[in-house]
Order: sequence, then structure tokens, then C-alpha cells
Amino acid sequence: METNNTNNFEPKVVAFVCNWCTYAGADLTGTSRIKYATNVKIIRFPCTGRIDFMLLMKAFANGADGIIISGCHPNDCHYTSGNFHARRRWMIFRNLLDFIGMDVNRIVFSWVSAAEGAKWAEVVNESVDQFRQLGPATSYQKLIKNSEFQEVE
Amino acid sequence: MNNLQQKAQQLLESGNYGLIVGYEKGTSGKARPVFIRKAEHASKLIFDESCDQNIAVYLYRQEIKHDKKKVIVANHHTLKSIVELAAENQVFDGDFMVLAFAGNGDIIELNTFEEIEKHVATLYHGLTEAEAAMMKKIEDMSLEDRWAFWENEFSKCIKCYACRASCPMCYCPTCTVEINQPQWISVPSHTLGNLEWHVMRAMHLAGRCVTCGQCGKACPLELPIQLLTYKVALDSKQFFDSVAGTSICADNALAIFKPEDHENFIR
Repeated sequence: METNNTNNFEPKVVAFVCNWCTYAGADLTGTSRIKYATNVKIIRFPCTGRIDFMLLMKAFANGADGIIISGCHPNDCHYTSGNFHARRRWMIFRNLLDFIGMDVNRIVFSWVSAAEGAKWAEVVNESVDQFRQLGPATSYQKLIKNSEFQEVE
Repeated sequence: MNNLQQKAQQLLESGNYGLIVGYEKGTSGKARPVFIRKAEHASKLIFDESCDQNIAVYLYRQEIKHDKKKVIVANHHTLKSIVELAAENQVFDGDFMVLAFAGNGDIIELNTFEEIEKHVATLYHGLTEAEAAMMKKIEDMSLEDRWAFWENEFSKCIKCYACRASCPMCYCPTCTVEINQPQWISVPSHTLGNLEWHVMRAMHLAGRCVTCGQCGKACPLELPIQLLTYKVALDSKQFFDSVAGTSICADNALAIFKPEDHENFIR
């Protein structure tokens, strides 16, 4: 489906993170002066439980090549159970995307706590490498192009 | 007059029941839903293999909500949906009676949810052989082929939302599709928007789909969209041991959780 054609391809990556763990963790990455890939645009959510699957669909529809989703480790949720609910949703969603033929490697899931600044840098770097290997999301971009054409008409 | 028609006539004549929802003979050898309020119309009722539509979808409709006590003639899809609707508090115990059929064709009267639940426990839950074969065919494809297959199917969708209208579990008064601030699902029916719509529909039915396949039967373009909800139903069973339409007090698979839920993809 996707070709690994360009060596200088830089994937556009959106990260959906929870306010209490991963966002604070990403803050720690910064204050610790750890460098990581600049491809990622971080969007802060109150909780991973708030990350609706439609938001991920919209990220792809707006040209994302890869998505990172991250929040508190199990049992560490600020709201007690948001991440447990989110985990169930992702288990179903990930398999559904696979069933319709989307490459689930374009979505990376992780737990990053507020103390894991180094892990966040690692997760982003590894994900960006993975997305770079996968190349641009051409099959999805084809759909986007068609949809723009239709909506202008 | 057969047993069902006699039974229906008696019920309406007794004055205890005001409406019978069932099947009548339609065109091209198909059955269609019928709403009978007068005893003399009871002879319209049929029940045979052609009656495969899931008519639980009518139970909570505004038009018949206020009718005197209702009776519904239910096939096994309808029965499972009634159980799931009961679990979600969309239908209420004692509001209607169900006429189901035993293996030998005898009519069974089910008056309470408990009786319905007990009867449903005797039914087969799962996909038919043909449906399972369709699922396997797609799952055995390569990722690229699967994408090509669904891209082709979704490109044909005209967004008539017959799948939604036919589904007993799609009862939200305002569907996400109707929300335009933000516009979650695009109005024109291009492949991208169609894909998002079908993914959304399947996700919202996760742990709730009773695999009746009514969405696929209702589709005027005959897209195999029921396979998407089958997929989430099978996954709910595999991951969470949750089968919709089996218990009147079960929680939704995605509305509850277990700390020990196991996945292998989160870093």
C-alpha cells in the first residue's frame, strides 16, 4: 500500500496525550533538556478516556501520517478509571481499523507517566522512525484528495 | 386461519391488547412488517423463513409508543435485540408481550423480560456458517487487498442511513451524524466520509451488536457492512467475554472495564 520511496520524508505526527501524566511527562522531557523528534504536535486532553476514536479519524483525514496516544499507566489515572475505559476502546478500534485494511502501525499507544520524561522522548523518536519507515499515508491521502474534489464541486 | 392468526385475533378481541407488530406477506417473496390494531385484520399475519427482519426496531418508536399494550411477533434476531434493549433501559418490562416460536412451530408467550431472557438462552448466538465464511474471506486477505475491498465498497455508499434506521440499537435521538458543530461526518457521500461513517457506526455498536445483520439486509446497495459490526461483536466476545443480547442486566462491554484486561500493543 505505502511505498518507502523518499529518504527525506518527514512524517506528520499528532500526539493525543492526557493532561495529568504524559503531558506533564513531556514537560519534564523539555525541562530535562532531552532532545526528541520535532515532527510531533501534541494535543492535550483531560484524560485518555476523552480521546474519542473519531478524533483519530479526523487526524488522519487532515493529513497525519502517524498518531501517538499516551496517558497514565493503569491504576494511575487521575480520574481512577479513564485509561481502563480507553484501553478497552482501543482494543476494539485497533482491530476494526485492521479489518478495513488500515495499517495499525500508524497508531502508537503508550503509557507515559509524569516522571518518565526520558521514556516520552524514546516513544516519540521510535514512533517517528516507525512512521518514516512506513512512508506517507498515501492510501488515505488519495481519499482526502477525492473528498476535497467532491466538496468543491 | 393458522395458530398465529387465531392467537392474534383472540388477543385483540380480548381488549387487553391494542396492537400486534408482526410480519405480513410482501412483494418478491419477502415478508414486511405489519401493524395490526383490528381483530379482523389478524389474518394478514404470517411467520415463516421469509420473516427474517429484525422488528425490535419498532418497539420504542414514537408512533406506537402510546398504543395500548402491544404484542410483538419475534424471530430470534428480534428476541436478542429486545434483551439488549432491555439491558439498555430502552424498553420496559410489562409494556408488551412477545410471541416467539418453539422449534416445532408452537407459539410461546413471553410476558416478562425474565421469560424472554430464559428463552433467548436456548437460542444460538453467533454467526451462521455463511457469515463466518465471509468474515474469514476478508480476514485472510492481505492488508492492501482488504483496504482495496473496503475502499471499493465504501465508495458506493450513498449515505441513506438505512443501516442506522434498521438497527434496533441505533436509537439515539440525535446521532453524531446530525451534529454539524463540528461536522463529524461529511454531508456529501465521498469515500473518506463514508469510511468514517461506517467506522463510527461499528464502534458505537461495539458490545451491543447482536449480529442480526439487519444493516446489511437494509442496505439498498447491498454493501456487506454488517461484517464491520460482526467484527466488533466477535472482538467483544473474544476480549471481554461479552455477548450482546444474552442478559437483561449486563453492562455494555465498552462502558465497563477490568483492570486485568489484556492487550499486547501498548508500550
